[in-house]
Amino acid sequence: MSAPQRLADGEAILAIRDLNFFYGDFRGLIDVSLDIATNKVTAFIGPSGCGKSTLLRTFNRMYDLYPGQRAEGQINFHGKNLLDKKQDVNLVRAKIGMVFQKPTPFPMTIYENIAFGVRLYEKLPKSEMDDRVEWALRKAAIWEETKDKLQQSGLSLSGGQQQRLCIARTIAVKPEIVLLDEPTSALDPISTAKIEELIDELKSDYTIAIVTHNMQQAARISDFTAFMYLGELVEFGKTDNLFVKPQKQQTEDYITGRFG
Amino acid sequence: MSEVTTPVDVHAAQVKKFKLQDLLFHQVTLVFAFIVLAALAGILISLAIEAMPVLKAFGPGFLWTNVWNVPEDQYGALSAIYGTVVTSIIALIIAVPVSFGIALFLTETCPVWLRRPLGTAIELLAGVPSIIYGIWGLFVFAPLFAKHVQPHLQAALGDVPVIGGWFAGPPIGIGILTAGIVLSLMVIPFVASVMRDVFETVPPPLKESAYGVGCTTWEVVTNVVLPYTRVGVIGGIMLGLGRALGETMAVTFVIGNANRIVGSLFAPGTSIASTLANEFGEADPGLHISALFALGLVLFIITFIVLAISQWLIKRGVAKQGK
Amino acid sequence: MNLYSRRVLTNRVGIVLSMVAMSFGLIALMWILWTLFYNGFAALSWDFFTQDTPAPGSEGGGLRNAIVGSLMIIGVTTLVSTPIGILAGIYLAEFGTTSRFAAATRFVTDIMLSAPSIVVGLFVYALAVATLGGFSGWSGSLALSLIAIPVVVRTTENMLLLVPTALREAAFAVGAPRWQVSLKVTLRAVKAGVVTGILLAIARVTGETAPLLFTALNNQFFSTDMSQPMGNLPVVIFQFAMSPYDNWVSLAWGGALLIALFVLGINILARVMFRKKSSD
Repeated sequence: MSAPQRLADGEAILAIRDLNFFYGDFRGLIDVSLDIATNKVTAFIGPSGCGKSTLLRTFNRMYDLYPGQRAEGQINFHGKNLLDKKQDVNLVRAKIGMVFQKPTPFPMTIYENIAFGVRLYEKLPKSEMDDRVEWALRKAAIWEETKDKLQQSGLSLSGGQQQRLCIARTIAVKPEIVLLDEPTSALDPISTAKIEELIDELKSDYTIAIVTHNMQQAARISDFTAFMYLGELVEFGKTDNLFVKPQKQQTEDYITGRFG
Repeated sequence: MSEVTTPVDVHAAQVKKFKLQDLLFHQVTLVFAFIVLAALAGILISLAIEAMPVLKAFGPGFLWTNVWNVPEDQYGALSAIYGTVVTSIIALIIAVPVSFGIALFLTETCPVWLRRPLGTAIELLAGVPSIIYGIWGLFVFAPLFAKHVQPHLQAALGDVPVIGGWFAGPPIGIGILTAGIVLSLMVIPFVASVMRDVFETVPPPLKESAYGVGCTTWEVVTNVVLPYTRVGVIGGIMLGLGRALGETMAVTFVIGNANRIVGSLFAPGTSIASTLANEFGEADPGLHISALFALGLVLFIITFIVLAISQWLIKRGVAKQGK
Repeated sequence: MNLYSRRVLTNRVGIVLSMVAMSFGLIALMWILWTLFYNGFAALSWDFFTQDTPAPGSEGGGLRNAIVGSLMIIGVTTLVSTPIGILAGIYLAEFGTTSRFAAATRFVTDIMLSAPSIVVGLFVYALAVATLGGFSGWSGSLALSLIAIPVVVRTTENMLLLVPTALREAAFAVGAPRWQVSLKVTLRAVKAGVVTGILLAIARVTGETAPLLFTALNNQFFSTDMSQPMGNLPVVIFQFAMSPYDNWVSLAWGGALLIALFVLGINILARVMFRKKSSD
């Protein structure tokens, strides 16, 4: 286990310390420690099954939905351990949004897709809600395509549009961190390029953590990259360094395509 | 628009509200699930309570006594149990091979474009209310059966030792055999749909590899499909049996409603469900009504066991396919 | 005969037998439907829908009271069994993945799906009729609800289990509490399937006769009072078909046709709805 990259106070929004994760008896994450930098893009790469998605899903406690899955250790967020049983998960999830591999528009109108999450924690008058919906759709670069059909079902959009709708829905809640779990793996190259552009713009306001199976994507869009293998964090550092001068043999093998 | 990052604790009230609502949601849905469970227990308990007087009066002998005498308040369930079981067995003897043939046809030999419409037709027929099978049996089938089939059956099989007695007596149309046949028609769509569904769980590669070594369709079915789906097929048959045992209307119209046991299948008889349908409305409070509740309890326990086995088998059949 | 031709012959015989079975099934069922249509349509007339059931020995008559009674009993059944069935189904899908109580409930629901309906009638008689003073439309609806609820529970649960995990997780991921995830997202995603289940439940109880015999009983006169015995199609068909009067028998056929058309119509509607929605 390499020494995790520690950031100065204030620069790290999430401080992960000695995180272990269990699926029943199987240990899916082994002593993971690292910091996620504020308003930067952190990418997680590694062969499938390496634990990168598992790690991402601990940040918003998604695993809580499934009996038999549990996490031990610390994920510090504003001075509190997210893994603490007393921590309210709904609130964590409102602060730390997530976008999934396949687009997941809710079975409601485009407008309602955005408003649903906002309404949970804010009581806005109609006009402000309209503003918020427009703001979110603009942020996600999908306003022009949807402004005339806000009352249509979210399912009527194309796959790439649906994914941007999901990103709009996530940022409409004004989270601090956006988790992206292979957000482009189900999309065509053009939609992928649009989402990547979007990620670049979003990082001025949000901290972004992205899991990707695509190394080029990680190299293109991230500031920091973590390479994981068999549940362990093998190497973590500035993306430029990690790809140009990996410290570990395993990392080098992986990014040069010798396995994975 | 301004970028406001709300501190984590501002929403404490909302969080509390959600917690409460979720707790309430959990409890409310739990209560409704409990209602379903309680209904079954309620049925068993209430039938047992109402049946108590008769069970006390006649003891377990109620089950195997062949007497049903309302004026003298003497009750035994044997003739009704006999009719229920025999009609169901006749129904299965006819329905199982026919359903198997239909399922086979729908999954293996039917042209692809016909599969969906024919399959849907079978499913729709499973939804036809049983009372319709009943009045069809009474007005259409029974007269034709009496005139054109029963005499021939009697002539052909009446003198055969052992089974000859089954076809004795006047060919009046209604009776145990007719009830069994009408019941079989009602059960066929059910059993056929279940069988088709389990046949479809056979992984195509398994069948393809059998075809690959040169098996005929028939050989694939008998050597691959049937062994693979055996458990589910038996489950489907048991489901049909459960339906047949408890069926009221398809039977009541054509069984003849006579509380006695006669060796002949041509003779009128009765089943538990038809006895209940015929007598319950006019039964006097006291032992008679209690005896009817006892019959209901017997029917419920028999079908419960049959259906429980069927569920267990069908689930095992499906689970095996998942491995 | 060599081995090969014997195998081919066996195969032919098998295939022909399967076709015979299919034809036997179809012919028998067509025959039933044909007699039903033939006798049923002959009975339909203006009077059939506007007059009440005739007294023994009197001429003519219709089934107005029975039709209205059936509609009311089924309407109440639907109103009762839909919320109960859906909420119980949600419990099984949402909270019941591991609990033993849920497994037991699931098992019981499966049994109740095929349990003898006449026994349900006996139960409601003992529970409501004998204790609350007499036969009534309400107790008829109660009996039918006990038959409809398992259908709704099982379809709701099965439909909810088909919702992609990612959609549920996505709803949780915006911070929604469980009840909103269930009611506003997953349930809405399978709306068509759940409605199909409700329709199938209605179709199922529409033709049920046995549970009404000891609960709603029958009423020769027009009545919309659910606390009194209530006329209903299945019981009228049962009594009239067994009667010696020609006009009663004819009305029974007409009533049977009405029920069959209603049930087939709902079944077809359910299928069309479900197919259209799931092909979206």
